[in-house]
Amino acid sequence: MLNHIIRRLLYAVPILFGVMILTFVLFRGLQSAQFIASQAVGAKAPQAAKEEFIKKEGLDKPLPEQLARFVGRTMQFEFGESWKSKRDVGEIFTQGVGPTLLITIPGFIAGIIAALALALYQVFVRNSLADRSITLVCVAMMSIPTVVYIIFCQAVVALQLNYFPASGFEWRGLETAKFVVLPILIMAIVNLGYDGRMFRAVFLEEVQQDYVRTAMAKGVPGAVVLAKHVLKNGSIALITLVVGQLPSLIMGSLLIESFFGIPGMGNVLVLAIQQGDQPVVMASVYLGALLYIFALTLTDILYAAADPRIRLS
Amino acid sequence: MKDFFAHWMTQNFLVVAGIALIAWILWSGAHHERWQRAWVRLRADRGGMIALWVVGIYLFIGALELIHLPNGKGGHHSILDVAFANRVALEKTYSAPLSDTLLSSASGEKLTGTHLLGTDTLGKDVLVETLKGCSTALVLGGLTSVIYIPLGTLMGILAGYFRRWVDDLVQYIYTTIASVPSILLLISLMMVLGKGLFQMSVAIAFTSWVGLCRLIRGETMRQSERSYVAAAKALGQTSAAIMSRHLLPNLMHLVLINFVLGFSGVILAEATLSYLGVGSPVGTASWGNMIDGGRSELSRDPLIWWNLTSATVALFGLVLSLNILGDSLRRAFDPKRG
Repeated sequence: MLNHIIRRLLYAVPILFGVMILTFVLFRGLQSAQFIASQAVGAKAPQAAKEEFIKKEGLDKPLPEQLARFVGRTMQFEFGESWKSKRDVGEIFTQGVGPTLLITIPGFIAGIIAALALALYQVFVRNSLADRSITLVCVAMMSIPTVVYIIFCQAVVALQLNYFPASGFEWRGLETAKFVVLPILIMAIVNLGYDGRMFRAVFLEEVQQDYVRTAMAKGVPGAVVLAKHVLKNGSIALITLVVGQLPSLIMGSLLIESFFGIPGMGNVLVLAIQQGDQPVVMASVYLGALLYIFALTLTDILYAAADPRIRLS
Repeated sequence: MKDFFAHWMTQNFLVVAGIALIAWILWSGAHHERWQRAWVRLRADRGGMIALWVVGIYLFIGALELIHLPNGKGGHHSILDVAFANRVALEKTYSAPLSDTLLSSASGEKLTGTHLLGTDTLGKDVLVETLKGCSTALVLGGLTSVIYIPLGTLMGILAGYFRRWVDDLVQYIYTTIASVPSILLLISLMMVLGKGLFQMSVAIAFTSWVGLCRLIRGETMRQSERSYVAAAKALGQTSAAIMSRHLLPNLMHLVLINFVLGFSGVILAEATLSYLGVGSPVGTASWGNMIDGGRSELSRDPLIWWNLTSATVALFGLVLSLNILGDSLRRAFDPKRG
């Protein structure tokens, strides 16, 4: 088991380096030093200010040397300071974590539970009219851009019906809820179509297994078979799907936070994109990949703990 | 060089070439027994056939906007422009659908024409803009596919056929790319490359080839175990011949399904990127730009809903049809698993 854990961790290291190199090539290799400087201090700034920026950031050094410096600093989570607000990028992100988690975690969990319930119901009534209609609705939900969900909810539920504030955020104990209910709701709905369909496919594969027939033959009621056996055996495939969704979680919160004016990481990022604040975007690329690789490695290790066959292969 | 590609004759040629390419792929597939059986099954699938027709209509509208004709004054205009030339006049600003007055003016200033879906902030006819959005979506999806499909297929076949270090290398590259959340990678690419349809195609292609490559790699590994590959090897055929003449035809249906489903992903990505301000250039008639504009219009009084609604409905119609068609194709090619 220990061997397996070490192997998985070692496997993650080169990928993390790959991500750093990719980020470096994108932001440093493809752009000239002069261009980066004019982006950072402003195109109209005097040439001397640009030269000073190039000196300070070491952009005049050869690329391999720059890469080594970039990798060294990134590994210590030093992302430099924002070009626009001049604040430390790490600090900006740390401040945004709270509001972001407040929306993404409940939204994500609610979405997964809804999709699970939907998929189990569909498998229960499989190949019926209800099953087919739900599948069609799921495909339709997948075909609407996230932006439209958000615009619609904001315009209709918040502005027209006046149920919730259209945007804004304050830490006010229980009253914070009224700012986050709508974002959480959208977060849960956005991926429902996609998740529902994927989960249904997993369960459908599972109900064709022999053990389901055996349980049915023994006289176990269908609903119990689904809830007890199929859900349990399908969970490995489900976890893979759920971990694979983590990146889209970032995207969902990106758009939702900026629409609802919630001061989370997504909002910081959208602002940075609109202002061309590259250090913030670079840091987010690295952190996003780091989180994803971490989650993937962790699930791999958990699988191995649950199923000895994986450990040996 | 830039002038050459911007010339309307060149663009016409590219459109015709693109359509010819799709026709050629389908025609060469038609000789394959597997494709013939799939076609028979697809014909029996009512939802899939409706989706196919809808996609065809979108293609037709897009082609109308893309093919340009000389206007007799030294310039050129699209067939769509010609068709709407007499019906559409440029207004000053917003007007509601079928209304005959401008929205904002208290005096009720008369419009110069009627507009089925109203006009937008610059006074352009929303119906025409929406129809023009078709061509933007098709150009974007087409360009992206032209880049990522050959790339993903080639890398997948190479990795699945040669295995060993080739497979390790390809796997390393795509795992690295896949570990960056695709929206962040897209944004980074757009920031570095700059706004523009071609830049957006490159960026989306860079994130899209991974999924196709993974699929093709797995299927190539499975097919390589089959006896027809062993027979080809025993007959002394070169690796290149085995991959292109024996493996590729058996993988093309996966490419087709991925192409159809990937196309819908491109259109959705355009909407997101345009909202973030790193998508279509300002002034392009794209659904993403229209949706982005519509967000501020909904908080105005009176509510301006027609711009956003038209773009959303048009986008939804195409993406939904592509998704349904993709599913139907999958079922048609693989009835047991679909």
